Amino acid sequence: MTRPHDMGGRFGDGPVIPEAEGEVFHEDWHARALAVTLACGALGEWNIDVSRHARECLSPADYARFSYYEKWMAGLADLLVQTGVLSRSELAGTSGGRADLAERALQAGAVPGVLAAGGPADRESKIARAFGAGDAVVTRRIAANTLVEGGHTRLPVYAAGARGRILRCHGTHVLPDSSAHRLGDAAEPLYAVVFPASELWAHPEHPGDEVVLDLWQSYLQATP
Amino acid sequence: MPHDDPDHPHSLLPSDPALRVRALETVLTRKGLIDPAALDAIIDTYENRIGPRNGARVVARAWCDPGFHAALMEDATAVVSDMGYYGRQGEHMVAVENTEAVHNMVVCTLCSCYPWPLLGIPPTWYKSDAYRARAVREPRKVLAEFGVTLPEATAVRVWDSTAEVRYLVVPQRPAGTEGMDEEALMDLVTRDSMIGTGLAVSP
Repeated sequence: MTRPHDMGGRFGDGPVIPEAEGEVFHEDWHARALAVTLACGALGEWNIDVSRHARECLSPADYARFSYYEKWMAGLADLLVQTGVLSRSELAGTSGGRADLAERALQAGAVPGVLAAGGPADRESKIARAFGAGDAVVTRRIAANTLVEGGHTRLPVYAAGARGRILRCHGTHVLPDSSAHRLGDAAEPLYAVVFPASELWAHPEHPGDEVVLDLWQSYLQATP
Repeated sequence: MPHDDPDHPHSLLPSDPALRVRALETVLTRKGLIDPAALDAIIDTYENRIGPRNGARVVARAWCDPGFHAALMEDATAVVSDMGYYGRQGEHMVAVENTEAVHNMVVCTLCSCYPWPLLGIPPTWYKSDAYRARAVREPRKVLAEFGVTLPEATAVRVWDSTAEVRYLVVPQRPAGTEGMDEEALMDLVTRDSMIGTGLAVSP
């Protein structure tokens, strides 16, 4: 049911290595990879959910061996071909002239405005809020996209079938399970839901510890 | 339409990552789909203009100004936007505050969501499998690797950023800073203290 990105709670990854605050990019190609990805996003051929899903669809072997920006590059290359922006031979560097889409290429002068504008995810929705702060809820038993087999979802496996309570409502937001597959925004209420660590882990570190996840209404059911 | 074709197009690019990026940039430039000067502008933005000093100013001001603090906790998006800190990966902000009772810590287990307008590009460890896998299950062991030990009475609340909401941790103001102004306090606010893997520095 899972894809390799869904790693919350996994054992065996070793220590976290802190690093100083000053260094933003460790290699020049990291910076280029980030910039190429953002510039291609500005072509408007996909949304953030589609791009996340492209990285998640890397094979588990590639996902594990690629560093962060290698995942970005691989996801981008796959997406460029999948959307028809580049053909396979163009990607391989053996053909290609100027693209029709070039008129939409992000120009240097537009960069500050585009980065500052962002891409808000809140949308109007006809779906009424079903829960209020403090309500007891349980998440889907199976952490899977119900619209598309093997599709994108933002319910991690470690939080499937877990009982928590509503902390706050963030308003109505684009549903990634739909948006990642170009099935529309399908906005619905989004909540911060708090779970006791003991609900998620066999050996929680401390009786008072909690984990909060942002979860869409359709991921949740009321529970007594 | 999950794309599970075993013959992924990315395998057409060179395997060395630096050459891979260059090949992609070359192809896209030739097609007119990217402007190398725009790439330079993006890099300059995140290397020199947007970083954790933005978040540090927000935290320092919240420590000094009760009205600002109340507004930040009520609607962080509006408050930080007014300071010019809005944009990509910071469209929906929520501030969470550390106290003696609760220590907040932020992760994104599914990818690497992070409040870019306030903290810049995430550090390598934030994007690592180890942090993504472990922060939700054993936050105290992870904190120990950052040299942080919490009092026994303090609970940890880990925020897994699974939507487009981004969280800023407001660390506890260190003792002995009563007379300090916003500029001086900013120096005590580290990036890690605003993710929750560190504490603010004592003067």
